[in-house]
Order: sequence, then structure tokens, then C-alpha cells
Amino acid sequence: MTAEVRRAVDAAFRDEWGRLVAALIRSTGDWDLAEECAQEAFAHALRTWPRDGIPQRPGAWLTTTARHRAVDRLRRETVGTAKLREAALVIPEPGPGDGGVPDDLLRLIFTCCHPALSLEARVALTLRTVAGLSTAEIARALLVGEAAMAKRLTRAKAKIRHAGIPYRVPPAHLLPERTPAVLGVLYLLFSEGYAASVGAHLLRGDLCDEATHLARVLADLLPGEPEVLGLLALLLLHDARRAARTEPDGQLVPLEDQDRTAWDRAAIAEGLAVLDRALHHRAPGPYQVQAAIAACHATAADAADTDWAQIAALYGCLTRWRPSPVVELNRAVAVGMADGPAAGLELVAALERTGALAGYHLLPATRADLLRRLGHHADAAAAYRAALELARTDAERHYLRRRLAELTRSPGGSHR
Amino acid sequence: MRYLLLICGDETAAEHAEDGCEGWSEEMLDRGVLVGGGGLRPPTDATTVRVRDEELLLSDGPFAETKEQVGGFCLIECADLDEAIEIAGKHPAATYGSIEIRPMLAG
Repeated sequence: MTAEVRRAVDAAFRDEWGRLVAALIRSTGDWDLAEECAQEAFAHALRTWPRDGIPQRPGAWLTTTARHRAVDRLRRETVGTAKLREAALVIPEPGPGDGGVPDDLLRLIFTCCHPALSLEARVALTLRTVAGLSTAEIARALLVGEAAMAKRLTRAKAKIRHAGIPYRVPPAHLLPERTPAVLGVLYLLFSEGYAASVGAHLLRGDLCDEATHLARVLADLLPGEPEVLGLLALLLLHDARRAARTEPDGQLVPLEDQDRTAWDRAAIAEGLAVLDRALHHRAPGPYQVQAAIAACHATAADAADTDWAQIAALYGCLTRWRPSPVVELNRAVAVGMADGPAAGLELVAALERTGALAGYHLLPATRADLLRRLGHHADAAAAYRAALELARTDAERHYLRRRLAELTRSPGGSHR
Repeated sequence: MRYLLLICGDETAAEHAEDGCEGWSEEMLDRGVLVGGGGLRPPTDATTVRVRDEELLLSDGPFAETKEQVGGFCLIECADLDEAIEIAGKHPAATYGSIEIRPMLAG
């Protein structure tokens, strides 16, 4: 097979898989059948395109092929309902009143992310059905055994069928409560890729790519939803730092030490433009605020040049929607940069008194950084050691060890 | 689809036993989605039956001693889970107890 065909099939897979499966689910009501027929259509493309050439409209070719497969499969079934479903298949594409093809994909996304499914189930189902990853790929990406992942997917599809989760885009009055469920899935997907919470690999870039791709698709489908744009901006701005975020050996590089010339300027420009579009709606939300924070970092020449006061204020804003100790900790970091380490330490101490982040390595790590900047090196070293005990990835441990080594080597180490 | 709404709560929910449902039943009957249901006496009045080896076994109390107990049930018939969620969410017991939505086996 030529590289050209391979590229065409890959591109069609990325652009068409979700739409194809979505349309097949609508016409057959059978999720497994839809996935299998979509898969067969792509397999058929791999066999015939090298011989017959790449069709002018690969999407239409794949749809027709998959629909033929579905009709064949249903004909072979002996149950009486098969005839009914076959009839549904020959019904032409829905008219304009029904929203047409793009709505199919939106329907699929909202159904996969229905809040009656657990977050784990939503994430797995979205990767399988919307993005077209295989069960094995999803299991690997989410660090779950393949058998367990297969079970999770089967259970999720069974619940959709048995519990009567509707296959539709929620009506307007439900969108405000349902859209966050979708955004939450994409955000989690991205975070999983951005910082694997356990294990040796910090970056699983493919998950970041999937999440950003899906956020882009969603932003195209729901251009009037500022939080969707906010999420896309946030992912673009974070992902722009990818190349600078780790050293070749996988070590984590903290934001302040990153080589900012290695940041992806095109992604930053796009992220800033998308954020602008979102802010024009004048309906702020947690993703827009987080994107605004990322924008402050992305537009600063270096750590010292960063508008930390603005970032501290934005974190203060964020607690309105996301009152969480982690947000509070981030605010402490920003305040520590804007108003000095002593002010940051006060907020960290307040957090420690609540006990909410006990066991979270970034709490002692933050205190350690602030103490180091105050020159209290012995206390800082103790806090770095406490953080090391709690860190969960090799990259995090590596970073903390390096900081600790710098402290103990430093001649100015104070012993108050 | 048919769903059973199991209205659950801990012992503090018992004080709501005589509350009625603030017009919820009337609204759902009007909409034609409420098939049946009612409130239950507390689990202390329950008797549990099992037959093992052809022997009838009785025990005083509910089948499972848990903090949350069923205090009432409603059988509804509606389009899909979204409508069932909307119906359950309007029930006054959802504000102090919890409501489990169980799809009925088809047929």
C-alpha cells in the first residue's frame, strides 16, 4: 500500500470514525453492530483504495460501505426485529429538521458522556466510540487491564440500552447541566495524558491529542457555548508547552525553568484567539478562567515577567465555581509570587490546618519552595523530603530530589 | 419505559413520613406518567420471608440492615431515563432522602 493511501485512511479515520459510528447507531440502535460495521468499512478501504484509488469523498464512501455491511448483517439475523431495523436503515438521511449529520456526532458525544454513567465509563466510552481507539489502546492509555476495560465498555453500553439513556442532544433547558459532563470528560482525558498520575511516563501525548481534537470538534458543533471554547483554549494553551515540559530523559521541567522558545507559538496564538471568542460572550465559567490563567503564563517572557497578581485574582475567581483545596493551593503559589513567599506561606499554613490535602505531595512541595525562597533551607529540605515520600511518578520524584540536592549543596544553607 | 422509583432515606427521613408529596402525585397523574406507588411503614414493621430446603423462614425486620431504607416507591412510565430523572428530581423526598431509579425488565 502506498503512503498516500495510508495517510488518506488515517485522515478519514480521524475525521469520519465518530460520525460514521454515530450515524450507524442512530439507524440501527445497536452500538456493537455500529462499531463493527464502521471497523469493517475501514478494513475494506485499506484493501480496495490501493487498487481503486482514493474516493473523492472518503466520508461518503465509508458511510455507504458501512451501511451496506449493517444491512447484510441484519438480514442474516433471524430475529423478527431485524426486518424493522433493516427498514430503518434504508430510510434516507434525516432532513434538515432533524439536524442532519453533524448532530449525529453531537448526539453520540452527549450520550457517551451522560451523567448517569460513571466518569470512568464516560471516558472509556468516548475514547472507544467517538475517537475509535481499540479496547487495548484505551486500557494502555488509562493504565487499566484490557479485560477490565472490555468489561467497563460492555457494562456502559448495556446501561445505555437497559436504563433507557436517550440517544440525543439534550434539549436546550438541559444543556447547561449536561455540557459540563462532556467538558469534564475531555478535561480528564487531557489531564490523564498531560500528567500520568501513576507510573513512569509523564506525558501520554496521544491522549492530549485526542482530547484537543474532540474539544475542537465540540467547539465546531456548539460555537455558541463559551465554556466549550474556554476548554478548547485551555487545552491548546497547556498543550503548547508540551515540548518544553519534559527533558529528553523524561524529567519534569517546572514552568519557571522551561525553555519558552520551545513553546508552540501557533498553538498559543490559536488558544488566545479561541479564548477571546469565548470571553466575547460575557458569560465566564471555570474553563474560561483556567484558560485565562494559562494565557497569563503563555504571554509572559519568563517567570519573573508573569502577571502573578492577575493569576492570583483569577484563582480567587475560580474558587467560585471550583471551591477546592487544590485551587486554593494554586492561589497560594500565585500569591507567593505576587506578594512574596511569606504571604504564600500563610495561605499554605491555612490549608494545612484544614487537613484537606493531607497526603498530596504538592502541599509540602509548595511549602518547601516558599521556605527555600525565604532562605529557610533546613525547613525547606524537611518539606521536600515530606513531599518525596508522597510523590507518585518518577518524574515528580526526580524533580523533588534535584531541588533537595540543590538545597543541601547550597553554601548559604541557613540553620536558624 | 417503565421505572421503579425507590424512595430511600435514613432514620431522619422518617419524620417526613406523613408529609405527603406536595402535589407531585397529582402533577404526575395529570401527565399520565405515574402508574402506582405509595409510602411504606418503617422497616421495624417489616417481616422478611425466605424459603430454604422447603422450609419457610421468617425474620423480623428488613432484608438488609442498612442505614438507608426504602420508605416508599412509585412506578412510572415515561419516554426515557432523562424524563425519569426529571420526574424523580421533582419529588420532594429527593431534597432530604435519595431516589433510586430502576428500569423494569421489559415485557
